[in-house]
Amino acid sequence: MIFQHDIIIIGTGLAGLRAAVECTGQADVALVSKVYPTRSHSGAAQGGISASLGNDEEDHWEWHLFDTVKGSDYLGDQDAIEIMVKDAPRVIYELEHMGVPFSRTAEGKIAQRKFGGHTRDYGKGPVRRACYAADRTGRVVLDTLYDQCLRQRVKFYSEHYVLSLILEGDRYRGVVVYDLATGELHLLQAKAILLATGGCGKIYKTTSNSFASTGDGLALAYESGIPLEDMEFIQFHPTGLYPLGILVSEAARGEGGFLRNRLGERFMERYAPTVKDLAARDVVSRAIVTEIREGKGISGKDYVHLDLTHLGEEKILERLWEITSFVRIYLGVDPVYDPIPVQPTCHYVMGGIPTDVDGRVLKDEKGAVAQGLYASGECACVSVHGANRLGCNSLLDLLVFGRRSGLAMKKAIQQYQHTPLSGDPLKTLEERIKQLSNSSGKEKVDEIRRRMQSLMMDVGSVFRNEEGLKNGIEEIRSLKERYQKIRVTNPRKAFNYELMEAMELSHQLHLSEVILFSAFHRRESRGAHFREDFPGRADRYFLKHTLVFQTPKGPEIRYKPVKITRFQPETRVY
Amino acid sequence: MLIKLKIFRFDPEKDETPYYQTFKVEADPMDRLLDCLNRIRWEQDPTLSFRMSCGHGVCGSDGMRIDGICGLACQKLVKRFKEEVLIEPLPVFRVVKDLVVDMVPFFEKYLSIKPHLLTKTSPPDQERKQSPEDHKLFEEAIRCILCACCTASCPVNQNKETEDYVGPAALVRAFRYLFDSRDEGSEERIALLDQKNGAWGCQTRWKCTEVCPKEIPVTKQIGQIKKRIYDAKQPKE
Repeated sequence: MIFQHDIIIIGTGLAGLRAAVECTGQADVALVSKVYPTRSHSGAAQGGISASLGNDEEDHWEWHLFDTVKGSDYLGDQDAIEIMVKDAPRVIYELEHMGVPFSRTAEGKIAQRKFGGHTRDYGKGPVRRACYAADRTGRVVLDTLYDQCLRQRVKFYSEHYVLSLILEGDRYRGVVVYDLATGELHLLQAKAILLATGGCGKIYKTTSNSFASTGDGLALAYESGIPLEDMEFIQFHPTGLYPLGILVSEAARGEGGFLRNRLGERFMERYAPTVKDLAARDVVSRAIVTEIREGKGISGKDYVHLDLTHLGEEKILERLWEITSFVRIYLGVDPVYDPIPVQPTCHYVMGGIPTDVDGRVLKDEKGAVAQGLYASGECACVSVHGANRLGCNSLLDLLVFGRRSGLAMKKAIQQYQHTPLSGDPLKTLEERIKQLSNSSGKEKVDEIRRRMQSLMMDVGSVFRNEEGLKNGIEEIRSLKERYQKIRVTNPRKAFNYELMEAMELSHQLHLSEVILFSAFHRRESRGAHFREDFPGRADRYFLKHTLVFQTPKGPEIRYKPVKITRFQPETRVY
Repeated sequence: MLIKLKIFRFDPEKDETPYYQTFKVEADPMDRLLDCLNRIRWEQDPTLSFRMSCGHGVCGSDGMRIDGICGLACQKLVKRFKEEVLIEPLPVFRVVKDLVVDMVPFFEKYLSIKPHLLTKTSPPDQERKQSPEDHKLFEEAIRCILCACCTASCPVNQNKETEDYVGPAALVRAFRYLFDSRDEGSEERIALLDQKNGAWGCQTRWKCTEVCPKEIPVTKQIGQIKKRIYDAKQPKE
């Protein structure tokens, strides 16, 4: 079937839903998701959304700007960050007006809590900047935006998986989707397409990300000729529940929890003397892994303790109900009385599809715009997070740039009419699917995926070095060769997840290669990218964004400059 | 440990009637049932279909009936079960394939209760004020992840004669707005809820409360809705 819409939004997390809310009513909008919209991974965000409301204590957008730039290890584009932090209070009030049930202060204002890397007066100490709804902030915002879309009768293609972007000439004209319920392929033609597909954490074995976080939008853009920016910067959240990797929000430390090693030491005092446990995530994750490497993990194992026991049951249950429930269910440990075993877990990709501040996808280092294609949210790289994202800045990013993408698309489609497509993209994909099913190969998706996930942990996580990255790239290439010999054995049409996972794995392998390739070429340490063989930041050579292009010969690297407006790079200490 | 999963199977493409199939899985006692299901799909039978996403009880995808009780496969650890576990799709809903059910009617009922803030006055420049006490009135309700375990467990929804009952999940969301001090649509809401298939459909059977993966006091909240309707109908002095 062929369907036409003005705007197609792929992904129903916060960025996609916020964009939809912006343009519905004035354009025919359809949202596509491989899951039900309320299952999107934005719902797993816990701690809050940053905004300098100053509800609890003095705060200013300039401080938020500085913290974000410093958090990014000076790789974030400061013009874009300024737009984001200035817009933050409006974003919060808008959400509140839509009905988001924020937690409250005694005066009835939106409550705010401390969070890693967010400080008062340019780094003097932690500040209360995170607006929250207990530890389920992402979930309640997701529900509220979904409800807004339902109210406006936005069209949803739920459980539809995007297989390819249709590029004709220099314009993106639509997408081909695979209907999971029926196994049929449909062509959705659009005047503007927004990629809002989120991150790719499932490339790694230990991750806080959902099974659905396979980086589909990133890979689709890359395969269609768009470069990927700064993909070496993968955030490991310091406190993943051991051993599953489930997120234990930074809010736990924002509310006063702290980390201890085997000796009971509050070791963050040594790594970040001023803000201690509330340093930026890259700093805390490195500290934890360093402690573990020095034999100071709990019982000699690969984890440390997150101690909340001094906070008291009332505060823990009121503000950290969800994580308390996770710890009780998955470990049988009660954080009210016992410390929580934690280890760094793959959480977020700072890099992504390069865009301008209105979500327009940029196809080269000079800033040429890809016609008809937009990106926002985790899959996009504006770049507001640079080499390391601060907690609570992701929901803000989704909402600020999701809305701006919606505005830009709404305007752009007015000058454009649907015309028939020339090729037959459905046929190409039908053949690809047939090929996967009729293949005589013996390779299995699960085996290749498991190997990829372990490999990425070994060579592409918190600490990296040249040899590991080099071997890693070679092994990913051999996994890609093995992938050519996979066979999908499930012949059924309805809910054939084997087929979808085979497609996802192809995306994941591409992205793994891009991540390792980008990391190999950045011979310095910055933010979340730490090279044991180049432990210092080298602004002279690497104060620039990485761009990786797909070419017939394999990935090709180019660079583009960082936009610096107010804050020149300085030594980064917390 | 070795665990057996006896799983409901039905593929409309080839099966006339559903059947059960037993799989053996080697599992760690701390593994989730979801891990076992995935292992079956990845290593033994790729045709097995079930929904999942976050894997830790936040997205609400993997609701199913486990040993007769509705719950999330990602929240149940293997160690809680003896040798064999019976896994079936959520009741109440039409089975599409294996453990996948048709959720469209669930979300239609959800939409019918107007799941959004109803306001008449324009908002202030900043936030609408709300005291922590007022926030607390509905805080438990915002834990809901729309997994549908409550509605699937409800004897009223399970009974064909009363299946049009809007169901506990929709009522929890209705409660969340009805008791939100910022909402200005209580008359409209009460009219919607004051129906045979609205709040009055609830027969106080407590099944929803027993199964809720997020420990929401569902039955109690429905009771509070009923009281609110009753109070609204009393003659004003």
